[in-house]
Amino acid sequence: MSMTTPVAVQAVAPTVVRRGRPGLRRSGVATLVTYLVLIGLAVIYIFPFLINVVTMVKTDADAAANPLSLIPDPWSWGALHRLFLNSDFPTWFKNSVIITLFVTAGRVFFDSLAGYALARLPFRGRRVIFGSLVAVMAVPSVVLLIPKFLVINQLGMFNSYSGLIIPLLADAAGVFIMKNFFESIPVSVEEAARIDGAGPFRVFWSIVLPMATPAVVTIVILSFQGSWNELGHFIVAANDPSLTPLTKGVAQLASGALSAGSQYPVKLAAGALMTIPVAVVFFIFQRRIMNAAGGAVKE
Amino acid sequence: MSTGTVTTTPDVKARRHHGGVNRRDATAGWLFTAPVIILLGLFLLVPVLLALWVSVSDWTGRGSPLSSGVNFVGLENYRSLVAGGLTTSDFGIALKNNLWYVVLVVPIQTMLAMVLALLVNRENVKGRGVFRTAYYFPSVTSTVAITVLWLFLFSTTGAINKLIAFFGGTGPNWFNDPSAIFHFGATTTPTALSGSFLGVTWWDWIGGPSVAMTAIMAMAIFTTSGTFMLLFLAALQNLSPEVDEAAEVDGATGFQRWWYVTLPQLRPTVFTVVTLGLIGCWQVFDQIYTATQGGPAKTTLTPAYLSYATSFGSQNWGVGAAIAFVLFFIIIVFTLIPRWFLRERKPRQFTIGKATS
Repeated sequence: MSMTTPVAVQAVAPTVVRRGRPGLRRSGVATLVTYLVLIGLAVIYIFPFLINVVTMVKTDADAAANPLSLIPDPWSWGALHRLFLNSDFPTWFKNSVIITLFVTAGRVFFDSLAGYALARLPFRGRRVIFGSLVAVMAVPSVVLLIPKFLVINQLGMFNSYSGLIIPLLADAAGVFIMKNFFESIPVSVEEAARIDGAGPFRVFWSIVLPMATPAVVTIVILSFQGSWNELGHFIVAANDPSLTPLTKGVAQLASGALSAGSQYPVKLAAGALMTIPVAVVFFIFQRRIMNAAGGAVKE
Repeated sequence: MSTGTVTTTPDVKARRHHGGVNRRDATAGWLFTAPVIILLGLFLLVPVLLALWVSVSDWTGRGSPLSSGVNFVGLENYRSLVAGGLTTSDFGIALKNNLWYVVLVVPIQTMLAMVLALLVNRENVKGRGVFRTAYYFPSVTSTVAITVLWLFLFSTTGAINKLIAFFGGTGPNWFNDPSAIFHFGATTTPTALSGSFLGVTWWDWIGGPSVAMTAIMAMAIFTTSGTFMLLFLAALQNLSPEVDEAAEVDGATGFQRWWYVTLPQLRPTVFTVVTLGLIGCWQVFDQIYTATQGGPAKTTLTPAYLSYATSFGSQNWGVGAAIAFVLFFIIIVFTLIPRWFLRERKPRQFTIGKATS
């Protein structure tokens, strides 16, 4: 190309020189500093959770006296015992699993479908839809607490799984993320398939979606977390104790137990146990986040 | 490029083909977006309109807000937010608390997320996956679980104060300490700052968050930086390494490569992260609901929680809805800020174009 700048040409020779020893030594120190920073940060991010797990098997007195200790003295299964035998914890857990599975599957499908349409398919009203999505993202969820209850009640979905699940099935932020990702993929691959006569859904399902693995993984993780974390919606969508999911249950446990002394081991045990499923999902997808993000369509 | 491909086929055929694709695309476009539109319409738009009506009505929470006994009261509920009295000062305090929360949390979490992503993305670092897992892990946990942990860590005899004591200091009584951090222990209001806005003195406006709120802010940064790190990582891994390599060959330092090569390419992601951060930070609710219920001395009260408490607690549904809509408006204004700051500027765009060619 005639546009090649002189700078780029000049730079070829110095490359060889840069491989020399001074560069190596400098990068050695830099690498050491990088590792120290990485490890220091990792300790800050992980140590609180080690404390959480260990405190599950401490007595109340030990938890108050030695909050930093990672060795229970004495070991006590009292907190776990109370949680499983004298509370509704198992029911909360079951409800959270049901809700989260449905919500995650729905969001991955609906968000990517809409994100693809907004990124690629030219149709009248696309800009309006996208504009409203951005506006919808700005709606404070707290604005919706009261009226959402009214709508759910009106539709006869109060105190049912459908009331807990269906309103969470689509989220604007997910559509936003998928649209951004689809726009970053080169159009060339799709165009080849379209010229061969593949329909929009076929192109989306068999060509574009498989290439969007990193973004889909992001959506899966965010949806799983989002529905597992959800609190406000569950407060207004049901009041039947048999339909209470973990967040609402543990929040009630936390505030209820506060009045009868701190009882941190029971609360921390509930918190740690409700973290396990999302942690497992994260560890399953972790590999794919690392590997798949790189080279979907380089050529 | 795309037009080039089309023109290689015979003219007539291409035109007919094109027309068919367009109509099919239009139908598909609406079909693909229909589920999201219907769901969001039914559970977002309809409720918002209902809430809008409640905010200009005297609905007391009994029966349907659309029933004939409910009256239109104009902007009465909104006026009570600025007219003085307890409602106004509560609203002012909540705004002040949340404003400091946004001003401190959004920049810190965005920068931290980018630093984490850049560190983890370095090619010569071994065990990148382990570090990535470590930083993302807090984002996995639910707010309720983290809040319970945080109450324990920041309790009077908790882990944080044990650490502070280890270094010879005395930790505060975190979640029960209402003193403003930028007052530095001063308790009397200087006369120069005794004027007030929305029932809150200027002295309190500039005081910064309370010690209790600081603990909650630390929790927000702790739990969100990992999520945003993932967004930055996805973007970094989609950048072509050639540009960065070219800059390195040209002798650019690490900082220069980050500032002139990586950062401009990350602009869309920075925009996404800052926008999502602003939206999230103005809706602090779960932590307050679980941990402090607005206390101590209302220093962790946020507009989101105040709206909830005013409606469900005080049964003052009209005012609660009005607060929610003012909050809605604030969020819209704040999301326009990154749009303005991060807009494409002509000269810089030209520079990038030259560097990549």
